Amino acid sequence: MADETSSPSDAQSSAQDAPPSTAAQPLGEPLVELRDVNKHFGDLHVLRDINLTVRRGEVLVVIGPSGSGKSTLCRAINRLETIDSGEILVDGEPLPQEGKALARLRSDVGMVFQSFNLFAHKTILDNVTLGPVKVRREKTKDAKERALALLDRVGVGNQAHKMPAQLSGGQQQRVAIARALAMHPKVMLFDEPTSALDPEMINEVLDVMAALAKEGMTMIVVTHEMGFARRAANRVVFMADGQIVEEAHPEEFFTAPKSERAKDFLSKILTH
Amino acid sequence: MGDYLSQTWELAREYDVLGAFWVNIQLTFWAAILSLVLGTALALMRISPVPSLRWAGTAYVNVFRNTPLTIIMTFMVLGLWGQLQVTLAPDFAGNFFRLAVIGLAVYHAAFVCESIRSGVNTVPIGQAEAARAIGLPFLPAARLIILPQAFRGAIAPLGNTLIALLKNSTVAAAASVTTETSSLMKTMIEFNSNYIYGIFLTFAIGYVILVIPIGLLTTSLSTRLAVRR
Repeated sequence: MADETSSPSDAQSSAQDAPPSTAAQPLGEPLVELRDVNKHFGDLHVLRDINLTVRRGEVLVVIGPSGSGKSTLCRAINRLETIDSGEILVDGEPLPQEGKALARLRSDVGMVFQSFNLFAHKTILDNVTLGPVKVRREKTKDAKERALALLDRVGVGNQAHKMPAQLSGGQQQRVAIARALAMHPKVMLFDEPTSALDPEMINEVLDVMAALAKEGMTMIVVTHEMGFARRAANRVVFMADGQIVEEAHPEEFFTAPKSERAKDFLSKILTH
Repeated sequence: MGDYLSQTWELAREYDVLGAFWVNIQLTFWAAILSLVLGTALALMRISPVPSLRWAGTAYVNVFRNTPLTIIMTFMVLGLWGQLQVTLAPDFAGNFFRLAVIGLAVYHAAFVCESIRSGVNTVPIGQAEAARAIGLPFLPAARLIILPQAFRGAIAPLGNTLIALLKNSTVAAAASVTTETSSLMKTMIEFNSNYIYGIFLTFAIGYVILVIPIGLLTTSLSTRLAVRR
């Protein structure tokens, strides 16, 4: 469907003819920008000259073989990983160093982890209200109301008073999404949100994410779920060996990858 | 035999053995509270993102953990009071008591710090990352997320430290606290050397009776309060 001559920069225009399921909102100004970002783990060059712009309302899926740097990229955006050179801007502001300013920025960037990381000693409800009350200084009553509404929305409202360990992985991950949403984030980062889940629980999490995408949330999603990428993403970024090898509209990427590296990767995961 | 025991019993009543144990319990109580506060602060320093604080915390632990308690206690009296005229209470006994409490606290704080740090190691790194990701700075993240879980993981080693502290409170004798158990024991033996085994046993059994409940309590607490993951 995408014509052969279209370059990645045309991905936007070709998105018009894409399947109707793709988010249709017009994309806004740049929200997350990475410029010439480099990072090493010892001798390993995990991010090589990464340049990437994510616009407001865009849903970006990052895909690639393990060790390609995609998780590091995701974690660098709220500075859970520091970078060696280059710069990262969120909503026009460069990432601050450690301290209050960084904490403030992180409160605007939602993060969902592979291993859920719900606060193990707090109830589901307290997990969701903690940020709004302690960081945003909202009233406990208001925060509770909103938390219950969010928990209902992700389908675990009836679990509010349980402890995280009493919930299934899929339920825990949906709570983690609610916890991030409670902060009214400008952008949501998902670091392999379904990789630790049993197969039957993957869809309940992906459905919540797809609904979020449809509402216009800006999302950066590291995942191997191609169904989700096709259903919800505006753009796919393929990474290998710390570099962005290919950027394209999901349909175009999965049906007609341009680089050898991407063809090789897709052939390995699609043949199953 | 029965005669020997009843004579020892008479001695124990004559010499206010219970009062002496009460002094050690008080020493332990105040030193436990102080060392818990100081040890928690040290543990925070050792896990903080500021390198100089980490360095200072490590230095403290290495100095005080590796100095014999008797030397610290002697210094409290001869160094702080004798030379520097540090006075913490108007009367001699009160002053020595408080100096002894501080000596016990600064020494055991190093062990409390390491116990809490071992508790911190039971908390997965993802908990701290999630706390930072919702915008909590270091101290609130430590107070709300890390320490509550770390303390639950540290109950058993903290209990061991408390047991050591209770028994080490007898070293207060080196800080001129003359009313505590080991000082009283020496006095009693001095004047009643034919009852030496009975006197030894009295104090040994007294400590066993005090320590056993601490062990039982910390073991049951550490299983009951364990964080389920």
